[in-house]
Amino acid sequence: MLRNLLLLLLPVFLIFSAPNISASPLSSFEELLERNAKLIQKSSSKTVDPVLTEIQEFGGQMAAIFMQSWIEKKLYFVKDTGAFVLAEPAGKNEAGKKMMTVKGALDGKPLGKMLAKSLKQIKPNSGVRAKIASALVPIQIGSDDIETRKIGLIALSRDIMPSHLPPLKRAIEQEVDEDLKRAFQQTYIYGVISHSDDEAEVEAAIYSLKDSLSLDARAALNPLLTSQVRVSKTQPEGQNIARIIIPGRSVRLSDGTAGKQVLMSGADPELSLATAYQMLVEKGLAAAAPTEDSRKETLVAMAEDGQIGPFGLTTLNTDAARNKAYDWLVENNGAPPRVLKAEMEQAVSAHIFYAVYDHPSKTVTNAAREVLAGINSQVMVYKLLDLALDGLSLASIYFLAAIGLAITFGVMRVINMAHGEFIMMGAYTGYVIQLLVPSYTISILLALPAAFCVTFLAGVAMERLVIRHLYKRPLETLLATFGISIALQQIAKNIFGTQARPLTSPAWLDGAFVVNDVLAISNIRIAIFCLGLLFLGLMLYVMTRTRFGLETRAVTQNPAMAASMGINPDRINMLTFGFGSGIAGIAGVAIGLFSKVTSELGSDYIVQSFMTVVVGGVGNIWGTLAGAAMIGSLQKGIEWFNPSNTLAAQTYMIIFIILFIQFRPRGIIALKGRAVED
Amino acid sequence: MENTILIKHLLKHPSVMIFLGLLAGFTLLVVGLAEGAGIGLISTSFVKTLGKTLCLCMIAIAMDLVWGFCGILSLGHFAFFALGGYIIGMWLMFARTKLIVLEAAQNAVLPMTQSEVSQAVGTQIFGVVGGAEIPAIWTFADNFWIQIAFVVLVPGLLALIFGWLAFRARVNGVYLSILTQAMTLALALYLFQNDSGLRGNNGLSGLQNIPGFDAVSQADISIWFFIASAGALALIYVLAYGLISSKMGNIIRGIRDNEARVRFLGYNVESYKLFIFVLTAIIAAVAGALYYPQAGIINPAELAPIASIYLAVWVAIGGRGRLYGAVIGAAFVSLLSSYFTGGQAPDIPLGFGTLRWTEWWLVLLGLSFVGVTLYAPKGIGGLIDHLTRKRGV
Repeated sequence: MLRNLLLLLLPVFLIFSAPNISASPLSSFEELLERNAKLIQKSSSKTVDPVLTEIQEFGGQMAAIFMQSWIEKKLYFVKDTGAFVLAEPAGKNEAGKKMMTVKGALDGKPLGKMLAKSLKQIKPNSGVRAKIASALVPIQIGSDDIETRKIGLIALSRDIMPSHLPPLKRAIEQEVDEDLKRAFQQTYIYGVISHSDDEAEVEAAIYSLKDSLSLDARAALNPLLTSQVRVSKTQPEGQNIARIIIPGRSVRLSDGTAGKQVLMSGADPELSLATAYQMLVEKGLAAAAPTEDSRKETLVAMAEDGQIGPFGLTTLNTDAARNKAYDWLVENNGAPPRVLKAEMEQAVSAHIFYAVYDHPSKTVTNAAREVLAGINSQVMVYKLLDLALDGLSLASIYFLAAIGLAITFGVMRVINMAHGEFIMMGAYTGYVIQLLVPSYTISILLALPAAFCVTFLAGVAMERLVIRHLYKRPLETLLATFGISIALQQIAKNIFGTQARPLTSPAWLDGAFVVNDVLAISNIRIAIFCLGLLFLGLMLYVMTRTRFGLETRAVTQNPAMAASMGINPDRINMLTFGFGSGIAGIAGVAIGLFSKVTSELGSDYIVQSFMTVVVGGVGNIWGTLAGAAMIGSLQKGIEWFNPSNTLAAQTYMIIFIILFIQFRPRGIIALKGRAVED
Repeated sequence: MENTILIKHLLKHPSVMIFLGLLAGFTLLVVGLAEGAGIGLISTSFVKTLGKTLCLCMIAIAMDLVWGFCGILSLGHFAFFALGGYIIGMWLMFARTKLIVLEAAQNAVLPMTQSEVSQAVGTQIFGVVGGAEIPAIWTFADNFWIQIAFVVLVPGLLALIFGWLAFRARVNGVYLSILTQAMTLALALYLFQNDSGLRGNNGLSGLQNIPGFDAVSQADISIWFFIASAGALALIYVLAYGLISSKMGNIIRGIRDNEARVRFLGYNVESYKLFIFVLTAIIAAVAGALYYPQAGIINPAELAPIASIYLAVWVAIGGRGRLYGAVIGAAFVSLLSSYFTGGQAPDIPLGFGTLRWTEWWLVLLGLSFVGVTLYAPKGIGGLIDHLTRKRGV
């Protein structure tokens, strides 16, 4: 107890001893705090400003630490003395009272423990915290410590105030770190744009953003171009006019200068006739027009015994009849008269509607518009590039899904409706291996050959048991393999359940290759593209450069002749089908990485895969590539016109393909000669 | 003249008479046992299931004509079926919503104007997809007879355009199958959109309520639809039978067996194929128009390409190239499917676990389908042929 009392007295002693060493910054800062103690203890965003200004002017590391702990609600004051301390909970004492470890608020000197009751936490509200943070920034960016300066920069880029500009300018001059200096300069430009009153300075700042594609630049420029619609009787003068508006027509002036008109085809008019008339009414420039609803209410209210004047209520089931009855009410009961459309048009055309920029300076808005237009056209170019890359990656996905089919269907002419289920099996193989092997990188590297093996065996089994018997009946192969497909799908559902299973990609595939704020390519897309290329090379090599490929082609062209040359057609068919199925399994791992693994994974791709092969041209790997490229880029191209609706894009793409088949029934790259008719 | 030939023909080939007799007997039996008209041994929902099965038999006959007799494995006929359902569903939904709207407004002081009614109906129907305007394709939805004409015309026209394009370009065999599947997928994806004007993936619902017949119980309505379905099936069976036993039937079978030879004999193969394709599309649409009022709801999932493949499965199991085969296959497999997936089938306890039919039925179906294709390409119909021939000898 005695010890506690002593501790209680300690800060008191410190404060009382302060005047003795008044030369040190510690004591003068303490003196400052003492003067403003009341305002700090009970702060509101209205009253806190003078204190903060004073602290800010004082400056230095100490002020920064003080404000930081103030924001973070670590600051307490001793109830008896009013001294500011930092405190942390420190359990309970022998008497069961809560205790706190106390440190000096300015110098961090340990002051031992105190009763929690004797302290009071200072809890600034969010408004006050924002003000403190804002006041803290100049100190932070002027700090000697680079980390503190970086923290200050982050705070600035979130919210920059006019008062920050001079210290920021100083900080730029003093900055030694090149990166940080550039970041400071960028922030300074945004600050100038939003806060500076110097027209020339703002204009220069805007033009310096000319080649910046960042979202921040656009976010800084767009607010300069906000405008309000106004109306006046005469040609407006002395205002920064954005454009003159002709209500009810899709016409707006492309820039502030009058006369040049651009027809925005298809767009809604900026100002509809009704809204424009409503504006006139609000300004007292025109008589209020009763709306349709209010007229209806009037009719209902004025009705007596099912009659309105000479009109029976039951006859009022057309607009014309209602108008007649209402007009009768206008004449006889003083209801507000209707305003006809012609009258509305007349009233509106007698006035001038125009939009005025919120920013007063024409120089600034013109500069902003010019720079923004330049940026937007650059953004457009990058977006087109992004679209092309999107198309490319979709094409590689389709290519991956279809390339196994290019062998089984394209070369062997077997309609394998279970191809999609082989893709699904590959994906599930990857999932199972990830369950067994914890490292994502190793598991993916293991999954690729494992998926090949699993689906290769499944393919061989299917060929031996089913397809072998149906080579002469292609349509029935379709049905039999469909039977296998639904069986496999249901088995997968029974084993793995209906919910989607994740196939997690390793961390090095998670990121993206960022070109700028508009264009970024995710690594997984690049990986799939590379995998597609790899497969293409592999397939070409196997089919044209190896004995197995030669034998495959021989068997599919003429089995009897191939057999007489000593090739075993049964064996080759089996291996070829297994090879095609195995590749589907690898594709399954790749597809599983970016979409969830479900039992329906395969059926999502089966129709597209067949179309890819058919469109490209059966029996040719280059054809499959061309088909995938066409379908992928086409789908993304259609999406470009209606980005919100991928379903519509798919629909139109399929219709396009159906039409395309009319003109090239054998696909883009058609086989010629005897191989065509089989 | 025509009639007497047909009657003579029928007498020579009793299978049609047998089929019609069995169908009539079955219809009478069901009506007699049903809740609505008879002694109530069969529940209303089961009467609906049976009625729906009859509609499925109808589309199976269409599939048999186009595939079993003409050799075109179309994987798009379920699209026509669903299209028929959508078109009749538009009338059912619109007319009923309008009745409800008008009834609700009965006590209002002012009678509603035309535009107010359509506004209210639009909000009721399309509120679920965030719209209130009635799309242009619903222009005639209020008129029963025009919608009925559309049931025939729209799928017919779609089949005509698609078939003309495909047959003209001589797209054959599996290519045609894939192309028809693509068409189905395109239509399904289109209908999945919210702004397709057909309520996106919500589809049309409440189709079991017939506008103007609110007072009639579902039990009675189910009987009506059952009888109508049976009648339509009988009609289509006779029509299909007449077609395949005519001279044209021979040409069509010729196309199936050797298209090139028929072409070299001087027949315009494309026209025949187109005729069969369009005719079967219309049959499918009519079947759909009878099916969905019994199902009560239709949505784009019904058009999934897989449905059309199932259709081929039924016909193959029943036996291609035999009309009764198609009917047997459709009835047998679809009833069995609803039995097993409905959870009524008893689970089979195995030593290490239980075999749940809801989980394993599809596996069994898929594998039995492989079995049928491999070992009994003529399906159940082939079995019947085998038996009758033996008896004959």
